[in-house]
Amino acid sequence: MEEVKLMKGNEAIAHAAIRYGADGYFGYPITPQSEVLETLAELMPWETTGMTVLQAESEVAAINMVYGGAATGKAVMTSSSSPGVSLKQEGISYLAASELPALIVNVMRGGPGLGTIQPSQSDYFQATKGGGHGDYHLIVLAPATVQEMADFVGLGFDLAFKYRTPAMILADGIVGQMMEKVVLPPQRARRTEEEVRQQCPWAACGRRGRDHRNVVTSLELDSAKMEENNLRFQRTYAEITANEVRYQEYFTEDAEYLIVAFGSVARICLKAIEDARAAGVKIGMLRPITLWPFPTTEIARLAKQVKGVLTVELNAGQMIEDVRLAVEGAVPVHHFGRMGGIVPNPNEVLAALEEKFSIKF
Amino acid sequence: MKEEIVIAGFGGQGVLSMGKILAYAGLMDNLEVSWMPSYGPEQRGGTANVTVILSDKAISSPVLDTFDTAVVLNQQSLDKFESKVKPGGTLIYDPSGIHHLPTRTDIKVVPVDAMGASIELKNAKTYNMILLGALLACRPIVPVDAVLRGLKKTLPERHHHLLPLNEEALRKGMSLV
Repeated sequence: MEEVKLMKGNEAIAHAAIRYGADGYFGYPITPQSEVLETLAELMPWETTGMTVLQAESEVAAINMVYGGAATGKAVMTSSSSPGVSLKQEGISYLAASELPALIVNVMRGGPGLGTIQPSQSDYFQATKGGGHGDYHLIVLAPATVQEMADFVGLGFDLAFKYRTPAMILADGIVGQMMEKVVLPPQRARRTEEEVRQQCPWAACGRRGRDHRNVVTSLELDSAKMEENNLRFQRTYAEITANEVRYQEYFTEDAEYLIVAFGSVARICLKAIEDARAAGVKIGMLRPITLWPFPTTEIARLAKQVKGVLTVELNAGQMIEDVRLAVEGAVPVHHFGRMGGIVPNPNEVLAALEEKFSIKF
Repeated sequence: MKEEIVIAGFGGQGVLSMGKILAYAGLMDNLEVSWMPSYGPEQRGGTANVTVILSDKAISSPVLDTFDTAVVLNQQSLDKFESKVKPGGTLIYDPSGIHHLPTRTDIKVVPVDAMGASIELKNAKTYNMILLGALLACRPIVPVDAVLRGLKKTLPERHHHLLPLNEEALRKGMSLV
């Protein structure tokens, strides 16, 4: 049995990356995720697994190092927080267009602009709707616990390689900074050069007897060929949407009202639901684990059973648009959110339920 | 068993590390634990607080509005958190630097002169361990042995010669209540 450890979400990401057998991490410090880079520097994996850890000169440099590493079939990642992730968007668009696997971690803080260093979920649109230019999606995983911070590193890499597309862990300052129990995944060896070549026949890692050169590029000036590329990307997205939706339901069997919340906010809502049920009001919750692909079908199913839906987000109402698309007007969908780095407590969630649905606890 | 605790004071008083030792003690005692700091520009001189939850069941929200126990180490924290202690809960405070005393009568209010005790121990850094001792005397939520093992776990090995001093501080804090 693996030892139960106590650590921050950010630290768990660093440990999990090494244990996954990641080949490289390229990053630049920014609160509230600097512990990812700090922990990697402290653990010095280049002396054990051979993993490269590099503090780049900027976020832009870091994502382009990821682009280069990914093009050679390596398991590479970067992490940042909101303003830094904005800087990376060009590189992320290029990764998507070049059909390269990579892992990007965003531990969100309040924006826009430099904003605040306190927790937020205001990058939902950016993460799920393609933050850079062009028709593309990232696979977006939203961890709610330190355990999920650790687990989603491996899951994110696996999905990225399976579908040859970048994946993102969209966390927030709460789950990045809080400490709780975690069981880390077992240490895996990094893939050998031969294994990389076998797993990634597209990788630009030297021709070595192959009858053609692998070229990794996002540029295609022939419109007909570019549209073929676009159609191929869309087929991949359709396949991901069909196979990879992940979510968790809480108390939905008999729920009269449904909360939809992701990440650490879902935990705050869970406490509110426990209190509401103690007062005899049946609230349930669906927590999307993949924000893209979104659990549309599942929310539509639950919407038939409840009187109303409340989304709770640390933003002005972003995920609510996807929830409304799922509910299709079947029942009222309301939003409750705080911004600026302010985190609501469970009582505020209860007050929002009372106000929006005219119920009394 | 579930104990929801807030520890608040100035940055540099050992607020976050006191919470961390308590969380590790919970880990040693096989409890579920959550440690949620106020993070940010809160170095020495600013305000800092940490929410620690110890429970024998899974913990939902790491963010709370009310607490079973508050340990407050300055006036700002007292002003902020006195009203957030649940009725019947416990408020532990260090009276040094407190001008406006707590007024609630529906909670247990425990002044602990940790500043004075740390001077007696001739080491200001024992301050937070004295308060942790006082907390455990009021609320025996984890065994002292688990705290000592938790402390050993959080303290880098080069500081392990300080373990006996920390244990002394812990026990002194327990004797103050």
